[in-house]
Order: sequence, then C-alpha cells, then structure tokens
Amino acid sequence: MSPTANIIVSILFDGLAYAMFLFIVSVGLSVTMGLMGFVNLAHGAFAMAGGYIVLTAMRSWDMPFFLALVLTFVLVGAASVVFERTLYARLYKATELEQVLLTIGLAFMAIATFTYLYGPRPQSIALPAYLTGQIDGGFRTFPTYRVFVIAVGAALIAVLWYGFERTNIGAKIRAAVDNRRMAQSIGIDVDRLFTLTFAVGSGLAALGGGLAIQLFGLTPSFAVLYLVFFLLVVAVGGLGSLKGTLVAAILLGVCDTAGKYMFADAGGFFIYALAVLILLIKPAGLYGRD
Amino acid sequence: MTDALATSSAAPDASSASARARAVAYLAERHRLQIWEALPWGLALAAFWLFPDRLTFGSQVLVMVLFALSLDLILGFAGIVTLGQAAYFGVGAYTVGLLAAHLNWGEPISGLFAAAAVAGAVGSATGFVLLRYRGLTLLVLTLATAIMLQELGNLFPRLTGGYDGLPGLVFAPLFGVFDYDLYGRVNYLYVLGVLFVLFWLVRRIVYSPFGQTLAGIRENVGRMHAIGSPVRLRLVVVYTIAAAISGVAGALFTQTNAYVTLGVFDFDNSAGVMVMLILGGTGRLYGAFVGAVIYMVLQDYLSKESQQYWHFGIGLLLVLTVLFARRGLLGLFEDAGAFLRRNPKP
Repeated sequence: MSPTANIIVSILFDGLAYAMFLFIVSVGLSVTMGLMGFVNLAHGAFAMAGGYIVLTAMRSWDMPFFLALVLTFVLVGAASVVFERTLYARLYKATELEQVLLTIGLAFMAIATFTYLYGPRPQSIALPAYLTGQIDGGFRTFPTYRVFVIAVGAALIAVLWYGFERTNIGAKIRAAVDNRRMAQSIGIDVDRLFTLTFAVGSGLAALGGGLAIQLFGLTPSFAVLYLVFFLLVVAVGGLGSLKGTLVAAILLGVCDTAGKYMFADAGGFFIYALAVLILLIKPAGLYGRD
Repeated sequence: MTDALATSSAAPDASSASARARAVAYLAERHRLQIWEALPWGLALAAFWLFPDRLTFGSQVLVMVLFALSLDLILGFAGIVTLGQAAYFGVGAYTVGLLAAHLNWGEPISGLFAAAAVAGAVGSATGFVLLRYRGLTLLVLTLATAIMLQELGNLFPRLTGGYDGLPGLVFAPLFGVFDYDLYGRVNYLYVLGVLFVLFWLVRRIVYSPFGQTLAGIRENVGRMHAIGSPVRLRLVVVYTIAAAISGVAGALFTQTNAYVTLGVFDFDNSAGVMVMLILGGTGRLYGAFVGAVIYMVLQDYLSKESQQYWHFGIGLLLVLTVLFARRGLLGLFEDAGAFLRRNPKP
C-alpha cells in the first residue's frame, strides 16, 4: 500500500474511533437539550466520573473491563436522576444563563472532588489481553482497542436507532422534541420522559468516559477539556437529532484527526473553523429545526 | 390594574397619580450620582494605604473589575450570553505584548489606545457575524472564537512565543515620569485611574438613550423590532465597546505583569469573569466591583490552602447563587433592604 493511502486509512480509522467516543458522550446531551432546551455544561463531568468509576472498579474490586463499563453506565445513570430531580428540575423555566452557571458550578465541584480523591495526574487501566495489541486487517494492522471502540459505538448506534425509531418511548421522545406542548397536551408525561433520557444520556456519557481512559488518559480536567467538543458536536448536529449527532461526530472526529496528522502544531484550529463555518451557514445545526 | 380594582373607587386616581409621579422622579433622578457611589473608590484608595505590600494583587483585582464591567455591558445590560469574552481580553493583552516585544513600543497609555482599537476592531468584526445567533449556537460560537484565537496564536510561535508566551516585557515609565516600583504602587494607581475613567464612560453609556435601547432589547426584543429600533446595529455597537474595554483590561493585565501567555484566552478566563459578574450581580455597574473582589480574594485565600478547595468553593458558591440569590450579592442586599423597609422593627 502506498504511504499516502496508508495515511488516509489511518486518519479515517483513528478519526472514526474518536468519532464513536464523541457520539457516545454527546448523544445524551443532544437529546436532553432538544427535549428541555437545558444547557448542561456538567455533561463532561458525568463522563469524567464514569471514567473514574471504571478505574476504581477494575483496580480496587478486580472487576472485568466489560462489567465495569456496565456498572458505570448504571451507577452514573442512577446518580444523574438524583441531580436532575433535585437541581436541574428547578431551572427548566430559568434563563439559559442560569442553567449555564449552575452546571459550570457543578462541573467545578466535580473536578475538585475527583482531584481530591484521585489526584491531578493522568490515570490508566490495565486492559484485558484480548483488547491490546493489533488486529491484522489483511492489508495492514489496526490497534485492537480502537477496533473495539468502533464496534461498541456501532452497536450503540444500532440500539439507539432502534429505540428512537421503532419503540413507543422513542416515538414519544421524538414527539416531545418536535413540539413539547403538543406532546404534553396529548398526554405524554414529558417530565418523566426527560428524567429517563437524562439518565440514559448521562449513563452513556459515563460509558464514553470509561472507553476514553485508554484513548486519551483520564484526569479530572477531562470534565471541561472535552466539553467544548461535545458542545460542538451537539450544536453542529442539531439539537435532539440522533442522525445529526452521528454525522457531526464523524465529521468533526475525522477532520480533527486529519488536522492533527497533517499540521501537528495547528491541528486544533481547523475543527473549530469547520464547526464555526457550518454553524454560520446553518445556525440550528445540520439536522436541527430553525 | 388589579391593585386599582382591589382598592376603593376613589383611591386609584390618587395612588396611580402618585405612583406615576414617583416613576417620573425615579427616571429623572436615577442617573444622578449618589453618595454611596463614592464608597468603592474610597475603599480602593484606602486599600492603597492599608495593604502596601499587597498592591500587585490589588492591581490584578482592579483589572478583573474592569473586565467584569465590560462583560456587564453586554451581559447585564444588553442580555447577550457569551462564553468567549476572554477573546477580546486576550487580543488586548497581546496587542501591548507584541508591540513591546517586537516594536519596542512600551509607552503604556498609547498602548492602551492601541489595545482598545484592535480589540474593538476584532469585536466589531466578530460581533457583526456572531450576534445574528442566539442560544446554544451563540454560546458555542463565542467559545470557539476564543479558542480559535488561542490556536491562531499558537500557529505563529515565533511571533507570539506559543504557549510559553512573551516573558520579561519592558514598559516605559507612566507619562515618562513614574517608573514601576517593586511594590506596584504606581501600577495600582495607574489601573485605578484607568478603571475610573472607563467606569465613568460605561456609566454614561448605561444611562444614555442608547443604554435604554439595550435594556429594551434585553427585556423584549420583539417589541424593539416592532418600534423600529435597529436592534442588530445596537448590539454590534455595544459588543464593540465591550470588546474594546475588555481589550484595555487585557492590556493592563500585560502591563502590570510584564508578561503574557496564551492562557489569557482560556475558557477558565471567560468563565471566571462571568462568575465574578454573577456573584456581584448583573446589570448594576457595581456588581463587577463586588464580584471581582470576592472572587479574587477567595481565590487567593483558598488556593493557598489547595487548588481543589478553591474549585469546590467557587462551584458551590455559584450553585448557591443560582438557586438562592439570582440577582447576585447586591441583589441580595437590595432584597434585604426592601424587606426591612416593609417590616420595620417595632
């Protein structure tokens, strides 16, 4: 294989793994924002907490990686309901500014708490042997873990797509995103629906955080470091759109990876330029409603 | 109306007339200087004598007051929610930094004008585009603007020093006379003087007809469109003014520290100044003073203990403010005052 083709394959492959991570974390944010218009800047903190739960489960309780991922999904999903009921629910009718401030405050507190518990240094975990090393793809090898992340992402996309498009609850969520008041007036309990999606979305963020440990390393500042990317994905994709989130995650993930491959120093610039360009042309995002 | 109906038939005229008279008096008087407005300036001068060894820190506080004041103009008065005000602070900071490092232009006052001009130009160019958007899109776009400027600085490390920044900048003595001393006495008075001049300017803007238009846009943008007010133009103008003032704050930051790094564009900086303003109270000019002082003193005090205490403390304070004191600490004072007036002690 020629060197150029090799680089292109690398960019697409790494970009796709990155995109899956972005999608898994952002999809919950997109749907909850679409449903309630709630600006949740603490979403990154749920992902960060999820990462640390995986870490603790594997290190201290000797739990297998898969089980730890399931555990973090359940624990963070459950904990997020407590936050949603006690804090978030008070601010649904408040201004965007107040929502931003509350959730920045929560993110700061989460960072401080996890720095206190785990220290500021990056953490890593020991993966099971079958997830390390390389897989032979015929014409070249691929890192096994990234293949795994892409597979998990693809599986989740399938599950979410089914849940969104083919189940009763999914239909209710789509109805409520389209027109909340109309949905309420035909008897859909949007508040309960929101609590449910919030829990699932936060659980998915935690799962993404767990998957990210081996991709980027885990530090408490993860909560705000990647928040900008999650917000970019949600805004570019369009609020409440599963398809939009996926397209935006792939677009931004691949472009960011390409930028970093080709211009090591300036890689960060292009993803923002691209996102800003898209938003200037389509303010509501690629698949959002104006 | 409901009040009028509830009372007896003769009372409404008298009470509505007196209410109208009070409203007129309020509108006619509210721009006048009040006696308590001397208090923050008196305190700032008192601090100069009381804490002679903390004046460098004091200058930093005053710089942040100015920065928060510029944010108040767009957030508090015009109602524009932005997460990227550090962009203009950084542009101002780098304007004087680059002038001093590469062109040997270390004269401080002309540096401030240059910073204001450049930051204002960037503000009007970005504002012209950004202010068409609202909500999440606006938040993300403003956030991305600051990060793009940071990455842009990182693209030209030979010019900007990359993430290491520009250390050891040399600035000329103030007015060619007052050189900078080890204790930062000149710096403190210099920053206080600039703050005073710009505060006076902002105060004039807020109580001008232009300022009233901004309040109208904040309260009911649809009605402003309906009465033919050029909403977008007004917003771009105030955004430009705020960007220029942020630029001056950034320039003062560089001048008083004698260095600048790309950290000035950080999200932390944008979020920090917003937190200061919220703590003090938005849309009330002096909220910037109260908030910045509390934020900086708390940061100074808690960071000495541990960085985590500081982050936790500020996070908690923010959550409590949003839940229980939505109009900030000054709002809380006002509420307490109103409560005491309504329920005087027996």
